[in-house]
Amino acid sequence: MRIRKHPSALVFLALLAVFTLAMTLMSEAYGSGVVPTSTIKTLGKTLCLALAAVAMDLVWGYAGILSLGHMAFFALGGYMIGMWLMYARTGEIVAATLANSPIPPTTEELRQGITGQIFGVVGSADLPLTWAFAGSLPMQLLLVLAVPGLLAFLFGWLAFRSRVNGVYLSILTQAMTLALSLWLFQNDNGFRGNNGLSGLQNMPGLTDVPQSMISIWFLWASALLLAGGYLLAAWLTAGKFGSVIRAIRDDQTRVPFLGYSVEGYKLTVFTISATICAAAGALYYPQAGIINPAELAPIASIYLAVWVAIGGRGRLYGAVIGAVVVSLLSSWFTGGRAPALDLGFYRIEWVNWWQVLLGFGFVAVTLFAPRGLSSIIDVIADLRPPRRRGADLGPDISALREKEAEA
Amino acid sequence: MTALLEVSGVSKSFDGFRAINDLSFNIGAKELRAVIGPNGAGKTTFMDIVTGKTRPDKGRVLWGERSVSLLKLNEAQIARAGIGRKFQRPTVFEDQTVAENLTMALKAPRGPFAVLCWKPSRASETRVAELAGEVSLADRLTHKAGELSHGQKQWLEIGMLLAQEPRLLLVDEPAAGMTLAERGQTTTLLRRLAETRAVVVVEHDMDFVRRLNCKVTVLHQGAVLAEGSLDHVSANPDVIDVYLGR
Repeated sequence: MRIRKHPSALVFLALLAVFTLAMTLMSEAYGSGVVPTSTIKTLGKTLCLALAAVAMDLVWGYAGILSLGHMAFFALGGYMIGMWLMYARTGEIVAATLANSPIPPTTEELRQGITGQIFGVVGSADLPLTWAFAGSLPMQLLLVLAVPGLLAFLFGWLAFRSRVNGVYLSILTQAMTLALSLWLFQNDNGFRGNNGLSGLQNMPGLTDVPQSMISIWFLWASALLLAGGYLLAAWLTAGKFGSVIRAIRDDQTRVPFLGYSVEGYKLTVFTISATICAAAGALYYPQAGIINPAELAPIASIYLAVWVAIGGRGRLYGAVIGAVVVSLLSSWFTGGRAPALDLGFYRIEWVNWWQVLLGFGFVAVTLFAPRGLSSIIDVIADLRPPRRRGADLGPDISALREKEAEA
Repeated sequence: MTALLEVSGVSKSFDGFRAINDLSFNIGAKELRAVIGPNGAGKTTFMDIVTGKTRPDKGRVLWGERSVSLLKLNEAQIARAGIGRKFQRPTVFEDQTVAENLTMALKAPRGPFAVLCWKPSRASETRVAELAGEVSLADRLTHKAGELSHGQKQWLEIGMLLAQEPRLLLVDEPAAGMTLAERGQTTTLLRRLAETRAVVVVEHDMDFVRRLNCKVTVLHQGAVLAEGSLDHVSANPDVIDVYLGR
């Protein structure tokens, strides 16, 4: 790792550590109790969303692939961990009930009890094949990465090999997440249809531990995962690999003549990014407590792209800033805590008007700060380009003009 | 002399227009060759076919001692096999520094995982500095390529081609947009390069071709019209008719 080239990674890690420690010291379980458990959960979830945004920045900001289906990988990761959480937790409840019966229950009876509890709601009595490993945490953890990774690999292989680019690829990714969501909505596919998986906040084996403590553990896990994902992304984008993917973003017809396979690189970045997203999802949904197919709706992935655009794509901390600022503002406005604005003739209730505000914010950022909110950091760090008053950057007229360089 | 690149009986039509018509062309391992011809003679299509950008309708393109068919390879594989291409307009990666541009082009394994594990070594850094010196960009290593002038970008692209260490170099109109002094430098460079590898130059400018002082192939309507020294082809009545006479 060339930290020298990436001082931002160190600053980011330090800020993240300070934030997590501060929250712990203000929590109900380990500190003064100023910050309620529900806020700790929101913050933990926000860190997971920030990691998803980093993954999005990797494919979009660095490799130029505008994927509008990335939340499918996020949700799939959640589904994979949710299956184990639900199966193991239901298993505990069923075992406790059957323990009162005169004859100790057999494994088969236990299994049937769990199946009845989980799938009774969709009128099924058999455990679907997809739940074959649901009883094993290591297997489901493996699937958290393997299932979205494999899906991304197959999807990317088909799309990039056929040289699907630009808008067409974005539409295809939207179609992918929509199709997956519709498929999950069906009751007989073994994922409980629109009920989704619920009760995920209850950790198996930790019934006696209060949520206030669990929420802090998850906050730490989310912070660690975000730190790891950030470092991985920084490493990927730092060296020659980063150079090649940025070259693909800027001129993908030229890169093959240097001997690099554009399809191979796009596929690698897309798959790595999907698995990062899936890992983030696997930590997000236990904090959210519930997952259902609506989480895969195309709009979720569009929001992800909006966060990255608002934060500033092509720089990792930009993605984090965008995700954190927009999703926290979003939960503040939609949570009903934002004071309504009384105009006299009309009362603006933010729950209804937040999306309009977000839309205006998006347009404003695109117009006035094309590099996103992270350009504030440029001002602080004095990275702003000198004012040249329209003069050329280079020695003659074919060099980049000031306007081009800013874009 | 065995041919490094052997193109035989290649044809390519675009919507009925025969851009390349039964073209055959050979070039040796250490040879400088100029390809000239009027607009639409098929010069660029010929380069596109050799570099894998366009697939011909029929014909063979064989490469190297083992006579590998290039028609089965894609652009990246052909580039890795040792064919470098210099485009007419300089195409460098403007958002990256001169050093990054050159490092990307350095001959090294090209797979994603090999590149991930690649670390700059003293040897690679020396080589990049050397190449930058060769194309007079030594003091600009840390500058973004977008800050360079047109001529400097041309040179950077040539430097990137040298870094790739190709066995065959295809150069599309190198003199376009260059000053007189830069042209002189370019001819010297191309002649020196041809001492160690094959170089094919596609050019309009007859003065430039004369200064290259090499074998000339004249293309017309997608086929070879004449081949030989510049004086020889200039004397050819067909050539005068279609090209030089105008």
